[in-house]
Amino acid sequence: MISREWTVNAALALALLAAAIAAEAAGQVFYITLATRIAILGLAATGLNLALGLGGLVSFGHAVFFGIGGYAAGILGSHAFSGDPMIFGLEGSNSMPLIWLVAALAAAVAGVVIGVISIRTSGVYFIMITLAFAQMLYYFAISWPAYGGEDGLSIFVRNAFPGVNTMKPLSFFLICFGALMAGIAILAVLRGSRFGSALDVVRQNEVRAAAVGINPFPVKLTAFVLSAMITAVAGALYADLNRFVSPSMMSWHMSGELIVLIILGGTGRLFGPMAGAALFVLIEHNLGELTERWQFFLGLILLVTVLFARGGVLGFLAGKVRHG
Amino acid sequence: MTAALAIEQLLNGLQLGVMLFLMAAGLTLIFGVMGLINLAHGSLYMVGAFACAAVASLTGSFWLGLIASLAAAAAAGAIIEVLVIRRLYSRDHLDQVLATFALILMFSEGTRWVFGSFPLYLNIPSSLQGAVSLPGGAQYPAYRLAVIAAGGLIALGLAALITRTRLGIRIRAGENDREMIGALGVDIRTLYTVVFALGAALAGFAGALVGALQSVQVGMGEPVLILAFVVIVIGGIGSIKGAFLAALLVGVVDTMGRFLLPHLLATVLPPSEAGTIGGSASSMLIYIMMAFILAFRPRGLFAA
Amino acid sequence: MAEPVLQISNLVKSFGALRATDDVTLDLYPGEIHALIGPNGAGKSTLIHQICGTHAPNSGTIRFMGEDITQLGVAARARKGLGRTFQISSIAPEFSALRNVMLAVQARQGSSFRFFKPVRSDKSLTEPAMAALERVGLASRATLPVAELSHGERRQLEIAIALALGSRAFLLDEPMAGMGPEGSRALTSFLADLKQEAPILLVEHDMDAVFALADRISVLVYGKIIATGSVEDIRRDPAVRTAYLGDHD
Repeated sequence: MISREWTVNAALALALLAAAIAAEAAGQVFYITLATRIAILGLAATGLNLALGLGGLVSFGHAVFFGIGGYAAGILGSHAFSGDPMIFGLEGSNSMPLIWLVAALAAAVAGVVIGVISIRTSGVYFIMITLAFAQMLYYFAISWPAYGGEDGLSIFVRNAFPGVNTMKPLSFFLICFGALMAGIAILAVLRGSRFGSALDVVRQNEVRAAAVGINPFPVKLTAFVLSAMITAVAGALYADLNRFVSPSMMSWHMSGELIVLIILGGTGRLFGPMAGAALFVLIEHNLGELTERWQFFLGLILLVTVLFARGGVLGFLAGKVRHG
Repeated sequence: MTAALAIEQLLNGLQLGVMLFLMAAGLTLIFGVMGLINLAHGSLYMVGAFACAAVASLTGSFWLGLIASLAAAAAAGAIIEVLVIRRLYSRDHLDQVLATFALILMFSEGTRWVFGSFPLYLNIPSSLQGAVSLPGGAQYPAYRLAVIAAGGLIALGLAALITRTRLGIRIRAGENDREMIGALGVDIRTLYTVVFALGAALAGFAGALVGALQSVQVGMGEPVLILAFVVIVIGGIGSIKGAFLAALLVGVVDTMGRFLLPHLLATVLPPSEAGTIGGSASSMLIYIMMAFILAFRPRGLFAA
Repeated sequence: MAEPVLQISNLVKSFGALRATDDVTLDLYPGEIHALIGPNGAGKSTLIHQICGTHAPNSGTIRFMGEDITQLGVAARARKGLGRTFQISSIAPEFSALRNVMLAVQARQGSSFRFFKPVRSDKSLTEPAMAALERVGLASRATLPVAELSHGERRQLEIAIALALGSRAFLLDEPMAGMGPEGSRALTSFLADLKQEAPILLVEHDMDAVFALADRISVLVYGKIIATGSVEDIRRDPAVRTAYLGDHD
């Protein structure tokens, strides 16, 4: 039997795909860009959802991994463009799969370092420490002039994907959409696995997890690092979408927004981040047309969601979360 | 590098430290008593600065502006406590983070609505303009010295409030045991509003004092907020004493790091690289310090 | 006599000036139920915390299956087979009874870092878990979320989890608490069987159950063991009568 939630999930995914294709048919490139933004932000928040939704780790610094992914694309791409070697004489590259790999590995390294220190703490300490580490790398990016510092770094030609012309908006959208679906699939598999069970019990009751013999620390650290890797791949795509990367990708506003996407969509849902990203981008676009002060109303919507409608979009469309 | 310059930088560090303390004291008090993490604390700092700048430009008096900053921030604090914050005490930290993040968006955009996007300027009061000669021949702005003194006095006053007064006893009772203050016959709802407004007033006061040194603009509270988080994480969440010592530590280390690191590196590197690397490294210094402290004491230096 | 499964020697734990555990020596032999009784505030919980590893003792040793486990963490002790039930039921509340037990099976197999195979269709998890639930009489309630189980059923689930862990010794912290008379009777006869599988250190307030079940009883007062012996010894012990049974009855 197909549950109501999966019907809604499939409808949401198809709607995003259909919107981009319809925009292409109508020649409305701008709307393809909006759909691409939804897919990328959805993927970034899907990464965070692994730590936050499944693991209960409220990371308020995930923008740092998003930014690391962005800089991986920017730095590798700009060296490939200019032909100058990078540090240790390594060549740049404009190949997206290689960039994603580098982005994910760099984020994994940062995730281990940040995770080892911050996961030893919990609750509000964890929130503040992840925020502080993100801020540290944000200031580093601002003050390090080699790759544009505060002004950011432009990517003159969008990086390449084998067999696809990434400069065509719909092609690039399809890459991002595919990445989003792959990210959600990874989360679905993880959630159903032994690792996912262990992570879930650590979130629900850490003391109990230890009492049955599951050591919480390595489970949480693994979730945190995997989560960072997924978010970093989204960051690389985001840099390619804007053909620009700047420290603002690492700012704490970005970290806050990633959490907001999850909550708007509905916590603990596989498609929550995507639904949240869609709602967020639509609010930003539509309210932005109506009023300059759209952020005020975004705040209001968020506040009302948190106080009165914790289920988010999917809670509204698909009913309460069911556990087995 | 002269001794006079070093003393000046040290005083700048102290000045940053006492301002961070005013922010951190409210945050840590609110967390200690109500168990709430308040991201919108930086917005209250901004409200104080704007109120001071607006009233000072209307009346021509910085001092009236300062009073207005206390009143406006306390009032804004009390209003959001009653409307929003008190619904969050029983929620988890994630909800608290999101709701107060939403408040930041509303405060920032609302302030832009009222005051426009351009920064306001707040003049240093005429009685505190000019510089004071320090022992050793250095000149230091009188206003900054006054800020350090004001911050120090408030720290003393807060310590006295917590240890000597009836309100302080209730606050400490609330930190230790929420049921006990109910048993003492204290109206908890009112106590929480008062504590929140007190924290807000301290933040607003800090915003006004700093507003005269920098420009008064939307978003000015956010970098300070994050530094204040670093302070209370280092000091131990809930500890006023920890917040005070950690604030001075962070203020001095940050300021001296920015001043000294490029000089130190210049002894081993060419000047331009020393400036670049020193600048980047010093901007990360306090976070690295925080990581080190947490690696050994995960609950901060003075954890309750 | 056989080697003790669990052997606690000269354990001391102080909180400031208070000696919550004062030179406690206690052991548990195969096939027995050793009950630990004492008035409220005697330090039973503190002792349990040290045995299962949430608190570190100031001095003394804990040996389990001949091995010194004093320095091991909670999870490591559980994996060695020290099965514990909680005074306040604290099972993963969003999971079904079955998934709670499956987690214990998974932990016993030492395999929480498998990322692909879905657990729902994994017979190596579901079958032992169902078997444990059947033994405690909860099989018919396996798919219900824990939140929908009654208090007594959660106690049974706790024991099923300890069974699924393949425990070599059970540490049962007030298993009778909150049970009706019928539930208590059923649990009493179940525990009488269970001890054949692995010995039980039973912390319990219900004196009827203790006197019915225990092979040996130790009495803890103000952090000290004031007497250890058979049910009859303890009933007769004058020190126990004044210190504990006297003001209890």
